[in-house]
Amino acid sequence: MSVLAELEHISKNYGKIKALDDVTLKVRKGEIFTLVGPNGSGKTTLLKILACIERPDSGNVYIHGERVESRNRDRVKLSTTLVFQRTTLFSSSVYDNVAYGLRLREMPKVQIEEDVRNALEMVKLEGYENRLAKKLSGGEQQRISLARALALNTPLLLLDEPTANLDPRSVSVIEEVIRMANRQRDTTILIATHNVFQAERTAGKAALLLDGRIVEMGTVDELLWGRSRNLAKFSRLENIFSGVSEVSGEGISCIRLDGEVVIESALQERGRVTVFVRPEDIIVSRDRFESSARNVFVGRVVGVSGRGSLVRLRVDAGAEFVVQVTRRSFVELGLNVGSRVFLTFKASSVQLV
Amino acid sequence: MRKADAIPILIIVFFLTIFLVLVFLVEEFTEGFGEAIRLIASSDPEILSITLRSIYISGTATVLSILWCVPIGVALGLSSFVGKRFIKGLFNALLGIPTVALGLILYLLFSSSGPLGSLNLFLNPLGVSIGQAILITPIIISFITSAVEAVDPDIKDLAKTLGASETEASFMVLKESTSGVVLAVVAGFNRAIAELGVVLMIGQNLRGRTRVLTATIALETTRGNIAVSIALAIILLTIVLSISLLTNLAQRRLK
Repeated sequence: MSVLAELEHISKNYGKIKALDDVTLKVRKGEIFTLVGPNGSGKTTLLKILACIERPDSGNVYIHGERVESRNRDRVKLSTTLVFQRTTLFSSSVYDNVAYGLRLREMPKVQIEEDVRNALEMVKLEGYENRLAKKLSGGEQQRISLARALALNTPLLLLDEPTANLDPRSVSVIEEVIRMANRQRDTTILIATHNVFQAERTAGKAALLLDGRIVEMGTVDELLWGRSRNLAKFSRLENIFSGVSEVSGEGISCIRLDGEVVIESALQERGRVTVFVRPEDIIVSRDRFESSARNVFVGRVVGVSGRGSLVRLRVDAGAEFVVQVTRRSFVELGLNVGSRVFLTFKASSVQLV
Repeated sequence: MRKADAIPILIIVFFLTIFLVLVFLVEEFTEGFGEAIRLIASSDPEILSITLRSIYISGTATVLSILWCVPIGVALGLSSFVGKRFIKGLFNALLGIPTVALGLILYLLFSSSGPLGSLNLFLNPLGVSIGQAILITPIIISFITSAVEAVDPDIKDLAKTLGASETEASFMVLKESTSGVVLAVVAGFNRAIAELGVVLMIGQNLRGRTRVLTATIALETTRGNIAVSIALAIILLTIVLSISLLTNLAQRRLK
């Protein structure tokens, strides 16, 4: 696959703050590339530089192999567009919002009408043309932002936290549209997210950005399942436990944590280890049930957070675990702070940091 | 009705009440008020021409002022540089410039012996318009700067990523701040049509040439022609307040 966009030794400072530090990155034609990093790691700056609306202090940007400079910036910029994290809309109708970029490209009116209609159809907001964009709900507004970018059908689409803080319906529509645009139109997509699990759902290739530097690059699987100390550090994967591991004869090891808790794992490590368990690998139940899973703990819910379709629970079971359940399960199990719950997870879910 | 619409109406009611109280208390006023109403009702040609000239001169002043205020206001609102606060502070301070002082400075510049005497702006309606345009510049720039600063800072980047050039993106910011810009223009026009210093100093109240509402009110009052003054004051108030009212209505319609 040929390279569509490339950053070469890019650095950017805002005053004393180093937003990007010697970043080199290649995005190949037709791929979905995920840029994972916590808030403030420089993701937005990187996207703005790729979108040619921010100039790097040093380094080069290439789009379609052409180096971006002052003289060609306005032209090269047309082959990419960025959807901002914070939904930004013009104070006008949905139609005028979506048509804005098309009008700048001096398309004929009939073509604009058709493109706007198609874009709205993609985000499942057909018929919204005459509504005032700013009067729509948060999720609808973000879909309008996406439609406005899709209407331009640029070879490169940049998305900054496209689903942060949205309702589940909008999240699923947006994720579906992203995949569809990639498959049907061969649009190359770069998504910035702090949510590793979104990366897993949408992406093939990923890079991890920490404090303005790319610290790791590879497939999403490599990043998520590899022994990435960086990822654990960044995603503040809550279920990180330190303890002393002893390997038993049956190919499993028992990790005795500093408290009384013992976690069984499939790891063959001895001595002091740090491990983590992904919150969604832990099954929450009201009662103990028989299963093959080696780890069962009983505890109490001490915290509930999260909006949208997923709820995160903090459970004190000798050690503090963070688990993730769907809102539906949360309601059906009648969970709340103080609820007594069982946590169950497999020995193979225990990852070494 | 919304609060914003009620304010100009309340002001009209307030002034009418004062007028009515005066009508009953002051004898001169009682006679004058009746006469004033008759003058307005009969659309006296002199009063009509003074009114139209006032609107024309101050309208021209506003248009002239917009020519430089919009680019400066937008640039100031969008940029961030060392000394920006100083410049903004300067314009804010100039909001309160005494019109007579400005009139005097312009008189010295425009009069036939002044450095700009050759331009023939003294005793010229265009000269008065230019003077008023300078007077209202700080108001319009301050208002536009604030309006532009109030626009979502991401709008410019948004326009750019959708394909806009630097200029097109700035224009979009201006468009997003339309209501603030309209307010700036209205405030500027109202200040221009209501001022006296520049009109008297540059225009010298020449009948049929530079005579406008404010100067005539001052003149006729000193002459004892209270009726004419009251008639002109009512007209002036009506112009200023109905423009504010119309602006409010129009902005609501646009939203």
